[in-house]
Amino acid sequence: MSTTRDMGGTSKSPLLTVEGATKRYGGLAANDGITFDVQEGEILGIIGPNGAGKSTLFDLITGFQPLDSGRVRLAGHDITGLRPDRIAALGVARTFQKLKPFTDLTVTENVMVGALARTANMKAARDQALEALAFVDLLEKRNHFARELSTGQRKRLELARGLAMQPRLILMDEVTGGVDQRTIPGLVDLVLELKANGVTIVTIEHNMEVMMRIADRILALYAGRRIAFGLPAEVRSDAKVVDAYLGGTVDAA
Amino acid sequence: MASDHRARMLELAKAETVWPGPPLWSMGLGLALAGLLLIYPFLFTSPFAQHLVILILLYALMAQSWNVVAGLAGMICLGHVMFFGIGAYSASVLFVKYEVSPWIGLVVGMVLSALAAIAVGVPTLRLRGHYFAIATLLIGASVQIIVQRWDWVGAASGLYIPIDRTSPWLSLQFHRSKVPYYYLALGAAALGYLVVWWLRRSRLGFRLQAMRDEPEAAASLGIAIARHKVIAFMISAAMMSVAGTFYAQYVLVLDPERLLSAEISIIVVLMTVLGGSGTLWGPALGAAILIPLSEYTRIWAGGTGRTVDLMIYGVLILAVCMWRPSGIISLLSEGIRRRGGKGAA
Repeated sequence: MSTTRDMGGTSKSPLLTVEGATKRYGGLAANDGITFDVQEGEILGIIGPNGAGKSTLFDLITGFQPLDSGRVRLAGHDITGLRPDRIAALGVARTFQKLKPFTDLTVTENVMVGALARTANMKAARDQALEALAFVDLLEKRNHFARELSTGQRKRLELARGLAMQPRLILMDEVTGGVDQRTIPGLVDLVLELKANGVTIVTIEHNMEVMMRIADRILALYAGRRIAFGLPAEVRSDAKVVDAYLGGTVDAA
Repeated sequence: MASDHRARMLELAKAETVWPGPPLWSMGLGLALAGLLLIYPFLFTSPFAQHLVILILLYALMAQSWNVVAGLAGMICLGHVMFFGIGAYSASVLFVKYEVSPWIGLVVGMVLSALAAIAVGVPTLRLRGHYFAIATLLIGASVQIIVQRWDWVGAASGLYIPIDRTSPWLSLQFHRSKVPYYYLALGAAALGYLVVWWLRRSRLGFRLQAMRDEPEAAASLGIAIARHKVIAFMISAAMMSVAGTFYAQYVLVLDPERLLSAEISIIVVLMTVLGGSGTLWGPALGAAILIPLSEYTRIWAGGTGRTVDLMIYGVLILAVCMWRPSGIISLLSEGIRRRGGKGAA
C-alpha cells in the first residue's frame, strides 16, 4: 500500500510509522485516523489547507498532545503517549509554526540548549552550537539576543536548535512560511543539505513550488483526514487534492 | 558557495572565550566593592551601620534565592517566607529543645526546606503562572497560621533562644560584637551568589532559563519540565532556609507574627524585580536599595514608618515596571553579555 520509491536502498522498515492517529476536540476531529510512514533518509512533505490538522499531527507525534486513538512508532518502538522530552531524547526534533525562541538567551545559548541534550560539557555544546549556526548561516548573529532576530532568522535559529540535538528525524513546521521571498532558496538549499547529511525530514509546507522540489513523498490532509499519500506528481494531480486546494466543493464539506 | 568563508568564521567563533570577561570598569567596581565589604566592620564600627549591612547581606541572599525559582526558572513564588521560617525554626527548635548546634540545624533546615519544596512543588508547579503564585501565597499564609497554633514550636508567643556564652562559634551567638554575625552573613551571601554564578553557566541553568522563556520549545529539546521546575524550587528553598537560620540566631527571638509574615515573601520579590530578575547582581542591588530605605524611613517616621516604607517600595516598583522592566541592573549590564559588534563580520 505504501508507495515506496527506491531511495538508494531504503526498502527496510520505516523510521516513523503513524497508524490511525486520531484527535478530537469536542465533536471536531482535528486528526481522524491518519496513517502514513516515513522512510529513513527521505523528505516527507505534508500539505493541506489551514485547519487540515497538520500542526496537530506534529503535536501527536512529538507527545505535545495525547492521541485519542492510534499508534506512533519510531524505528519499530512504540512511542505513543511518551512525554515530549522523552521523545526528543530518542532523536526526534521539531520546529514550531509559532516560533518559540528563548528570547532572553543569546543566539549561541539558544542552540546550546539543543546541544546539551547530547552532552553535559559546555565547551563541546558550544562548539556544536556554533557548527549548527554555521550550517544555517546565522553565525554573524551568534552574540545577539534571540529577541533581536527577524522572522527568517528566528526560523533558522529554531532549525539550528533542533539540529544541535543531532536528531535522526526532524519535523519542520512551515520553514518558508512568513519569510522574505528572497530567503526561500537559501532555506530550500538548507533542507536539501540536511537530507544529504542523512537526516530524515517531515516538513509542513504551503509553498507548492518548494514542496514539489524537495519532497520525496507527499501526505495531503483535508479536514483532519488523509486524502492522498504518495509521490509528489501523483498527489498533485489527485482529484481530491486539486479540489481541496482550488476551493470548489470543499467549503461545503 | 561561500563555504570557505563559512568555515573560517566558524573557526574564529570557536576560538572566542566561552564566557566573555566583564569589561574592565565593572571588574574594577566589583573588586572595590568586594574589598569594601571585607573591611567594612572596621571602617564603620557603629552597631547600626553594621546591623544595616548584615540585613542587606541576608536579604541579598533571600532575594537571590527567589531569583533562582523566579528569575531563572520563571515561576513566581509568593510564599517564599515558608522556607525562611523552616530554616529559622529548624535550627532554633533543635537548639532550644535538644541543645543541637545551629550549624547542624542549618543543614537540617536546608534538607527540610528542599523536602517542603517537593511537597509544595509537585502539586502546584503544574499550575500556570498566576495560579502557582496564588497557591504559594496561600500556602505561605497557612504555614504562619499553623505555627501560631503549634505549641511544640512555641505557638503565637514564639521561641526565645536561651543565651549561651560558653561556645559562641558552636551556638552561633555573639554578645559582645556584631562583627562575627557580619562575616557569617557575608559568607552565606557570597556562597549563595557563587551557587547562582555557577548555575547560570551550567547545563542545569541553561535548561532552567530555556524553560522560563519557552517551556514547549524546552521540552522539544529534551528537557523534562516538571523535574526541572522542582529542582529549581528545591535549590531556591534551601538557600532561603540558610538566611532563615542565620536571621534567627542573629535576633534570638522567633515571633511568628513577623518572622512568617507574607511581607517577607513580597519584599524579596520587590528587591529582585527592582534590581533585575534573572540577573546575578540584580537581587543584591535591590536589597542594597530597599533595606536602607526601610530602615531610615523607620527612624524618620518612628513607629508609623513601617507603612511609609511599603508605600515608597510601591512607587519604586511602579517606576521600574514602567521605565525599566528588566530592572535597574540592566542599565549597566545590557552591553556586557552581548559583546558589542565584535562578532559582526
